[in-house]
Amino acid sequence: MSKAREVLLNPIFNENPIALQILGICSALAVTSNLYVTLIMCVALTSVICFSNLFVSLIRNHIPTNIRIIVQMTIISSLVILVDEILKAFDYETSKQIGVFVGLIITNCIVMGRAEAYAMQNSAGMSFLDGLGNGLGYSIILIVVAIFRELIGAGSLAGYEILPLVQNGGWYIGNNYFLLPPSSFVIIGLLIWALRAWKTDQVEEPQFKIQSNSLEAEERRV
Amino acid sequence: MIDNNSIKKILIVGISLCLVCSAIVSLAAINLRDKQIENALNEQKIKILASANLLSEEKTLEEVFSSIEERIVDLETGQFVNTINLETFDANKVAKDPKTSIVLSNDQDIALIKNRENYAKIYLHYNDVELNAVILPVRGYGLWGTMYGYLALESDLNTIIGLEFYKDKETPGLGAEINNPKWKKLWKGKEIYSTNGELAIQVIKGSVMTDDSGFNNKVDGLSGATITGNGVTNLLQFWLSDLGFQPFLNQLKNNKTLSMESGDV
Repeated sequence: MSKAREVLLNPIFNENPIALQILGICSALAVTSNLYVTLIMCVALTSVICFSNLFVSLIRNHIPTNIRIIVQMTIISSLVILVDEILKAFDYETSKQIGVFVGLIITNCIVMGRAEAYAMQNSAGMSFLDGLGNGLGYSIILIVVAIFRELIGAGSLAGYEILPLVQNGGWYIGNNYFLLPPSSFVIIGLLIWALRAWKTDQVEEPQFKIQSNSLEAEERRV
Repeated sequence: MIDNNSIKKILIVGISLCLVCSAIVSLAAINLRDKQIENALNEQKIKILASANLLSEEKTLEEVFSSIEERIVDLETGQFVNTINLETFDANKVAKDPKTSIVLSNDQDIALIKNRENYAKIYLHYNDVELNAVILPVRGYGLWGTMYGYLALESDLNTIIGLEFYKDKETPGLGAEINNPKWKKLWKGKEIYSTNGELAIQVIKGSVMTDDSGFNNKVDGLSGATITGNGVTNLLQFWLSDLGFQPFLNQLKNNKTLSMESGDV
């Protein structure tokens, strides 16, 4: 039981796919200017990653290692097409707004990364949980980014007005920068900083250390 | 058990996976197609109504749309045609079929649409018996692809009520701002003909000055989207010319009650 719990909850803060592994950034930049659209994207990605993990795990003992990537991609892309079709049928407005980004879930590094790194070695139930956990980890970052972006940029959340804009007779002047994708870099960066200040074991070793001044070192030797 | 990496196993796994996946995907696509087509049609209806500023929150889409009269127009003569079934009329098919379309020469084809259909489906809206709005389908090439939209005119057949695009491939944030409500608002009240009767409606580069003589014929350009703006100008110039809806608009101007009669004009 505790292992299942760990698999489910670890990716949320301890091994967050976006904040620790820095995967799946593209959609985090693209679809976070409106909270509602972001929520739909999170549901879409989470369901794809859960079921791709499940199906890959179910047939993992029969997947020839030579073609395993193609097999994973086939499963993932079929699921993505399915999600896209369902979205077009039941939430046409949002599907138009998300547009190409649902299709791009196929290339989202998190989905393929989990299929290759976890589902290929673990049982179906655990793989499903791992998918759910990673989906939630992705979602939580996206939702936080979207809340900041939409609130600061447009004064609303999921389309509901929170800070009345000057254009509509209120007092708030929207910060257009937050409606543009680059603002997500700043917010994600700050989130990673906050997360690593809280969980210090996530701080990476510097890739190289600056050598001490060679002249000084020589003087000392003399 | 056979070795997972034997040719036989690779083929079995590969082929059966493809079959299963394609079956699931096709099943989903077929089952959801009706709903998706319905969504696309609704979207088109919303755009038609939005262009004439007829959308209301109290009434359902169907209720409002039922107050609109659909007619087929022969673009050559500008008269209504009753021999074509409204339900099955498919503008795309008509435009592609050489029997029901004409090929445009380079000089004529300012909107870059290659073929012009001989028949078009237009929409009329009445306040009681008085003509209130005429909604015309327009299309033309922008920067990346053809933009499809509706232009709504007031009953004087000169003043624009609105312009809505329902399909375009323009750059998000630049050309795709043609769908921005703020920009769309600029069209309301603009006139297609200048004071001396010439077809003058256009999207300009930059903002229109209020003291500009052609103020009523000019719409602010979108910054960073000059080519899209030119595309919009060209498509309006084309569809309002004598190759487009001008014969029809003239007929309608001469006889406002034209469409109210049984139709055999």
